[in-house]
Amino acid sequence: MSSAFMPVAETSNRHKTKNNLKNNKNTLLIVIFLLPALILFLTFVVYPIFQSLYYSMFDWSGLGPADDFVGLDNYRDILIDRVFLITIRNSLFIILFSLAFQLPMAMFLAVMVGKNLPGRAVFRSIFFMPYVISEVVAAIAWLFLFNPDPARGLFNAIIELIPGTSPVLWLADVNIVLPAIFVALTWKFFGFHMLLFLTGLQNIPRTIEEAARIDGASSIKSFFFITLPLLSGTIRTSVYLSVLGSIQQFILVWIMSRGGPVNASETLATYMYRFAFVRFQLGYGSAVAIYMFLMCLIFSLIYLKMTNKPDHLTGI
Amino acid sequence: MLKKISIFIILILVAVLAFSGCARPVETPDAEPVAQTPTPAPAETPAPQDEPVTITWWHIQTAEDHKGLWQKLADEFMADNPNVTIEITVLENEAFKSKMTTVMQSANPPDIFQSWGGGVMNKYIEAGLLKDITSWLDADGGAWRETFSPGALGVYSYEGKNYGVPWDMGMVGFWYNKDLFAQAGITNTPTTWTEFLQVVETIKDAGITPIALGAGDKWPAHFYWGYLATRIGGSAGFNAAASREGAFTDPAFVQAGEKLLELLALDPFQPGFLAATYPDQATLMGNGEAAMELMGQWAPGVQRENSADQQGLGDRLGWFPFPMVEGGKGHPADAFGGGNGFALGKDAEPAAVEFVKYLTRAESQVQLAELGLALPVVKGGEAGLSDPMLLIIQESSAAAQYFQLYYDQALPPAVGSVINDSVQAILAKTLTPEQAAQAIEDSAANEMD
Repeated sequence: MSSAFMPVAETSNRHKTKNNLKNNKNTLLIVIFLLPALILFLTFVVYPIFQSLYYSMFDWSGLGPADDFVGLDNYRDILIDRVFLITIRNSLFIILFSLAFQLPMAMFLAVMVGKNLPGRAVFRSIFFMPYVISEVVAAIAWLFLFNPDPARGLFNAIIELIPGTSPVLWLADVNIVLPAIFVALTWKFFGFHMLLFLTGLQNIPRTIEEAARIDGASSIKSFFFITLPLLSGTIRTSVYLSVLGSIQQFILVWIMSRGGPVNASETLATYMYRFAFVRFQLGYGSAVAIYMFLMCLIFSLIYLKMTNKPDHLTGI
Repeated sequence: MLKKISIFIILILVAVLAFSGCARPVETPDAEPVAQTPTPAPAETPAPQDEPVTITWWHIQTAEDHKGLWQKLADEFMADNPNVTIEITVLENEAFKSKMTTVMQSANPPDIFQSWGGGVMNKYIEAGLLKDITSWLDADGGAWRETFSPGALGVYSYEGKNYGVPWDMGMVGFWYNKDLFAQAGITNTPTTWTEFLQVVETIKDAGITPIALGAGDKWPAHFYWGYLATRIGGSAGFNAAASREGAFTDPAFVQAGEKLLELLALDPFQPGFLAATYPDQATLMGNGEAAMELMGQWAPGVQRENSADQQGLGDRLGWFPFPMVEGGKGHPADAFGGGNGFALGKDAEPAAVEFVKYLTRAESQVQLAELGLALPVVKGGEAGLSDPMLLIIQESSAAAQYFQLYYDQALPPAVGSVINDSVQAILAKTLTPEQAAQAIEDSAANEMD
């Protein structure tokens, strides 16, 4: 990736042979440096993918040898499973709402804490803190907040103060559980995107904004016509990570609702886990994993193709 | 030149890193101080060998006094057998199930672990992951086998061979708060489903939460459906469906769902019960915030553990069996439940079997019974039983003409899991009783035909 940054212009014909020699040595060095990572990548990423592919064609409980070959039956069964369609719907919900709320909010806060306002360092730390704490800890904290009993859960304690209202059964209501978990997800991850945007903002030369201000652009205009276009590279990364993260989201959902009640908050990852490790249908679970892998892969390819325009600032 | 040196250094570093990984498992055998003096082995200790043995033991008894008793017994055994080290891992129920699945799928079971017997255990056995301990039970003319009550031991056998032993056997029933019942003006515990529904209504009218339920964990909810099906269909109903001569779409199973809806219509559970866990349920009972729960013999210990004052309800706790359903084929005394036991992993050393034997001696069982945490299954163990509630449960279990093991344990894990999911769906009203029965039947047809 960073090779694009390398100043290629320096090579000249005179030093060609010498440079070839140097390049060979560099290649060797690169290979040596890459080797440990490559071995780990092959053993723990590539090999398991092929293993999943293999197991996905068996009706296998995960115990003992896999010997009941069923071909593509698992893949077909998944597609006609009503619950799988719910997981797709839920995953789409999380993806779309993340893009519609989480990222704009992160952007807004990044612009705010990026400005030279009093206390910005404090707020930057506060906003980033949720991302630093463990996902399990965050999930358990939100479980406390969402407790349906007003004596135990903060949200219902507040709602109880408003006359004429009844407690909301946050995680127990099939219609509310997914938005409720989405709130927790947003809280957990917006700090990360804020940090991305903050870094992006710092790369924008101050001179451009100053020039715009001298030309009489309001701060809103300056944001939409200067800051936003110049952040396009960062936004691209942010959207990409957000979508992939949403497809693979597991920990927070599993701890807060285990995909329930009755699959109402089931995501692709909890669906896969349910079959592979609760129902002892590892073959079926592997097929779900392969579907997930394909979704991520296809999205990545299409997305990279679609956004393959050079960045305004870096030219890459 | 500098580059050459740096490449050389990197190569060495890579090599060192790569080989240091291999070096770890190699143990230095000389470092063992044990085998220094070849003293003649004392004949009276039946300890297998003097070679050091490590036994891994996973149990789920998180309640303080129970955990303490297991630790004490392990310490005693280690003191008697200095070559044995017992590594105990205490896990919460749900965490245990998840962790068990992973170690089983990697064919690496602990030596001794919690088991409920039945369908899940049979899956492990079919995959060759458990140790056959039949010969130990039969040794000395079946001396060890004779100590157990046969029904409880049978739960841990498969095709005539034994893979584990029980240490507790009881049944599910209603635990109720006597004070709250009195407060609602109820003097007699219900014996029929109709009476039960009336009791629920009366408690509800008195402004008390009638029933605590952790339906988020699913298995506590499956007790209702399973018990109703047992009362309506009797032993014949379940055996027909399980042997695949009948089906889980038979009327008894559909009616079980319908009866459950009758109960649900009274809004008997605490708000948010669909997402609540079993510990949540035990907390409500232990703190006296709900009048009843449907749970097994371990309930009082878990209530104590989860209550605010760590005392639970004490004398205020009462027990009555699941009411009979009018017109049902099941005998009112039939029991639904199960127990706890220990199964042995395939690589368990003989010392592990000896330790399990030690854990299930009559003396150990007496100590367990004295704590009021389990119903002994070994003859002589009941001597320690003084808790009046447990005595009632023991009598009821003994009086049962038919004993139905929990559905989610009796059936293959995939089917048990679908039952749990479907019962939750009935309670959430996303599946009708017919649809739930159909989902269970589909899974059974898939797994058991």
